[in-house]
Formats: sequence, C-alpha cells, structure tokens
Amino acid sequence: MSSFSTTYRVRRGDLVRYAGASGDFNPIHYSDRIATAMGLPGVIAHGMLTMGLAARAVGEWAGGPDRVVSFSVRFTSMVVVPDDDDGVEVVFSVEPGEPGADGLVPVSVTATCLGEAVLGRASALVRDVQPR
Amino acid sequence: MLDDLVGHDLVAAGVYEVSRAKIREFAGAVGETSPLCFDVDAARAAGYADLVASPTFAVIPAFRGLGEVMGRIGAPLERQVHGEQGFTHHRPIVAGDVLTTTATAERIRNVGGNLFVTVSCRVSDASGETVTTARSVVVVRGEGA
Repeated sequence: MSSFSTTYRVRRGDLVRYAGASGDFNPIHYSDRIATAMGLPGVIAHGMLTMGLAARAVGEWAGGPDRVVSFSVRFTSMVVVPDDDDGVEVVFSVEPGEPGADGLVPVSVTATCLGEAVLGRASALVRDVQPR
Repeated sequence: MLDDLVGHDLVAAGVYEVSRAKIREFAGAVGETSPLCFDVDAARAAGYADLVASPTFAVIPAFRGLGEVMGRIGAPLERQVHGEQGFTHHRPIVAGDVLTTTATAERIRNVGGNLFVTVSCRVSDASGETVTTARSVVVVRGEGA
C-alpha cells in the first residue's frame, strides 16, 4: 500500500464553523484578545480540528471514514490562523505499515504547518482498506 | 482534593442523541466528503442503520464527560490546552444513537504549576454496549504559567 499526502487550508471562518459543529467554544479559537492574554501568538485552531482533518485524510486514503478503528495524536505545536483571506495550510501525510494478524493496518500520520509538526505520535488502525 | 477525583466514574448528565443534522454539520466542518456522512441511502447501502459519523465526531459525547471532570477541577475553559487525544471505535457512531458518557479521571499531575489531567471516557449506546472509548490529556495552564 502506498502513502498518501494531502493539504487542507484553514481559515478563521473554518474555526468558527468547527466551534459550532463541535460545541467547543474556547475563546482562544476566535478571540485574538483572549488568545494573546493567554500568552498565545494569536487565535489558534482547535487541536480537534487538526485531528479531524487528519482523520479525514486517513479516511480518504482508506476508502471511507468508517474504516478508522482507532486514532490517537499528541498536539505538539499550535496551528496559528491569521485573520486574513489566506489562512494557513496544513499538510497531512498518511504512511501505512504492514497489516497485523487481525487484518488491521497500522497507519502513521504526520501533520505539518509552516514546516513544523503539529501532531506527534499520530497513529491509526484501519480496517478493510480500499485505497482510491 | 483533586486526588479524590482520580479513579471515580462520573456519568455525564442526560444522554446525547445523535442527529443526522449534527453528523452532516460536523462532517462539513472537517471537510469530509464521504457520502456515508451525508447520504442516508449510501450509508444504508454500506450496511449501516443511518448516517455514519466522522471518526472524530466522538469528541462531542466524549467532551460531555471530560467537561464533568474539568468542572470539578474548576478549570476555566480559556486556560485549558488539549495535549493528547485518542479514540477507539468499537463501531462507528450512527444517526439515531442515544449515547451515555462515563468519564474517569485517570491521573492528575501538577507540573510546574500546570495541571496535566488524563481522562478516559466510555461512550455507550442505549443497550449499554461500548461504542467508543476516548482518552484525553488536557493541560490546565497555571495563573503564573
């Protein structure tokens, strides 16, 4: 099985949309004033949005979101999202390993924003892989 | 005492009813394009009872449990930073599921004024079967940090 890479762009509006969809209304994800008061460089993306995009990449690689049996990540760096039209790009790479005896395929995922890894130890187990 | 929280089950009040609208809304918010998340006929053709939730949709019921723990700790939302997250799905969440969340604080450590809180959440369906287990590490940044 071959690896898979994809790039998703994240803009401020995406954070607002994710906040509403997930119910995570932590103001560091929409207010520069509160984010900087908390010592952050600015508004940052929800870690769970980054993880959600990574899971989407795994699902796209595997042939469907229902094939992702497990997925875990560490949030190693922040995705700072500027208040402009361009937002910021996050590059995801899905690297499959050898299937286990249970048929599940271990997958490691990298996520990079402005050259920095934003997820660490991101690994999934995937069933019934049918790459596109 | 925070230590008293560790190891005890906290059941989030009420249940979380999974709607088609929320599955579509969440899938849209992460840019998901799979018809399983949007088209009931496609989901049924794939053998599911209804629309299939994206893999990280489980954060919604899981955070109901996490919120119980963070509420007991008294951690304001803006001081919370997500450190780690994991999900193990016993089956995909589907529309129509009625989910109960049981949270257990596994560990609470104070490192340099910051609290590292590890919480495990079991999300179960109406028949009591585990659908998903979620494990979260949340860092509560200290006032001086």
